[in-house]
Amino acid sequence: MSTTAQELERPQQQSDVGAWLRQNLFNGVLNTLITIVLVIFIPIVLFLIVRWAIFEATWQPVATNFRLLMTGRYPIEHVWRIQACMAIIYLLFGLSAGIWQGMVRTIGIGLVGFAIFFALFPFSVSARLWLVGSVVAALVGYFVGRPFSSKLRIPVIVLWLISPFIFWLLIRGGMLGLPLVTTNLWGGLLLTIILAVVGIIASFPIGVLLALGRQSKLPIIKWCCTLYIELVRGVPLISVLFMAVLMLPLFLPSNIRIDNLVRVLVAITGFSAAYLAENVRGGLQSVPRGQYEAASALGLNVFQTTFLIVLPQALRAVIPALVGQFISLFKDTSLVSIVGLAELLGIAGIVINQPEWLQVTGGVEREVLLFAALVYWFFCYTLSKISRRIEAHLGVGTR
Amino acid sequence: MTQEQAADDIIICRDVHKWYGDFHVLNGVSAYVRRGEVVVIFGPSGSGKSTFIRTINRLEVHQKGTIIVDGIEMSDDLRNIDAIRRETGMVFQQFNLFPHLTVLQNIMLAPLWVRKRKRSEAEAMAYELLERVGIKEQALKYPGQLSGGQQQRVAIARALAMQPRILLFDEPTSALDPEMIKEVLEVMKELAHTGITMLVVTHEMAFAREVADRMFFFDKGQIVEQGTPEQIFNNPQHDRTKQFLSQIL
Ligand SMILES: Nc1ncnc2c1ncn2[C@@H]1O[C@H](COP(=O)(O)OP(=O)(O)OP(=O)(O)O)[C@@H](O)[C@H]1O
Ligand SMILES: [Mg+2]
Repeated sequence: MSTTAQELERPQQQSDVGAWLRQNLFNGVLNTLITIVLVIFIPIVLFLIVRWAIFEATWQPVATNFRLLMTGRYPIEHVWRIQACMAIIYLLFGLSAGIWQGMVRTIGIGLVGFAIFFALFPFSVSARLWLVGSVVAALVGYFVGRPFSSKLRIPVIVLWLISPFIFWLLIRGGMLGLPLVTTNLWGGLLLTIILAVVGIIASFPIGVLLALGRQSKLPIIKWCCTLYIELVRGVPLISVLFMAVLMLPLFLPSNIRIDNLVRVLVAITGFSAAYLAENVRGGLQSVPRGQYEAASALGLNVFQTTFLIVLPQALRAVIPALVGQFISLFKDTSLVSIVGLAELLGIAGIVINQPEWLQVTGGVEREVLLFAALVYWFFCYTLSKISRRIEAHLGVGTR
Repeated sequence: MTQEQAADDIIICRDVHKWYGDFHVLNGVSAYVRRGEVVVIFGPSGSGKSTFIRTINRLEVHQKGTIIVDGIEMSDDLRNIDAIRRETGMVFQQFNLFPHLTVLQNIMLAPLWVRKRKRSEAEAMAYELLERVGIKEQALKYPGQLSGGQQQRVAIARALAMQPRILLFDEPTSALDPEMIKEVLEVMKELAHTGITMLVVTHEMAFAREVADRMFFFDKGQIVEQGTPEQIFNNPQHDRTKQFLSQIL
């Protein structure tokens, strides 16, 4: 019924562009004004930006410091280790996408998009080859994973589980003949990604447990979780970072030294977990009582009910909120430059103050910061795109 | 009026009481259900019918009295509760299927995790049950993709997958469109002939007349009257029963 009605209307609408404009852009005095102002200003602003970017901007600092922006002071002769990690990640995602299809494939496509995006940057030839190699690894994984999905399932899960240790070993070294690269040399986008990914992955289970704990029937657990969540949510991330980096050593015996990066990771994880817990709690509350009753009636115990029935539904309901939080965590990693870790924004600051750009009129701040912003934007935008795909895939809201 | 208790009654309730705050929702319910019996429970809204059948699998906790299900006494002991829940299946008014699982996964869930069956075994049984309720071809769909009548039949199959001795139905057709009520009642009639014990809260009086062995009339938290459909429909004893029947028939 409704489709025929639409089909009847559509030709009329298309034939009359003026009517569409009147309806959507010039309906009312205020809208007309806004339309006119925007029609004049958007092209002007765009023109100015493009003209600046092409004719006036000095992109030299970004180009010469590209490696610094990507990996910090990580020694150049060891950069292959980071590239190896990347290739492993791509291979694993390719394999997983082939095995599980669906959601994982969506993420895989996003990753391939990353690699192609970065291949467009002025990397050295070898770095670009690595990027292309990573894409090839993903594709190989996909086409191996698909036909052998049932056989490869367990090995791939095991590989995923041990992969963090492989990455740690590769990037840090100091074992199995790999020279040590201390964490204070890690920087740039590499560090941003490490902070964000570890923060996201580690805070997820902790946040879920905190949310469950807050709903617990045992008062002690409930109060501890609530206290933690409310305490952490009441302070800014900066102060948590300062506490982890500057104050923690005061409380620890002087012979115990915890790596600065580890401390920052713990702080970010603990901070993010509290917010995650609140999001998950919203999801838990959205699961109707009937679901618990049906599970009890079938004889499922509390753990089975929680992990098989309630959590899957609760998490689905809050995917948009969770991704929103992961995006803000990704951006919040930029705060660690304040406690002396040189992630992407920290390196950008270093580049801006390099003496060789001092004579450039107007400085190079705009160019470098714009570049950093572009990288942040690309990651966050891709994350939110992926989340929208996942939502559509899971059919959120079609109960 | 109350039927005498027999030695191997599958459900024995003696003087069961329950309060919600000050509200006395179950006011001394005593009832005995024979093995394989089909009992229809009816009565006005708010009379405690749902509360009563939900005490039988401990979805509600009773505060006074004795409930014995298949020889197991209901208590705070989790082992007893688990044992009773293995014996009883429940079908809800709102179906309460798990929306994130396929029809097949809904049915296999309890056999896999509670009965610890092998996957292949559980799957074979699930298909068998789906065939029995007439929707084998929907096995891989999600509940949200099915009609209400189909969902309720999945819910029945899910309850049966635990191979219970007792099935509890709480107004299984009240949320359904008229044309779907029939398909669900057909499945329930089939079940009634298999020797499984059924407690059905419903106002489908044609179903009661045809299938029920006995009927309980609930009012104000008590079983006011019970008897065969014959007795209840043709010769009700209590004024409340007469009045209620005259309203719904
Ligand atoms: N959790 C609760 N807290 C307080 N009162 C409740 C609660 N659950 C049910 N009641 C009340 O207990 C009474 C009996 O409820 P019950 O659901 O058993 O009635 P019912 O006979 O099944 O009615 P219906 O035909 O409407 O389903 C109702 O008056 C209801 O308002
Ligand atoms: Mg009811």
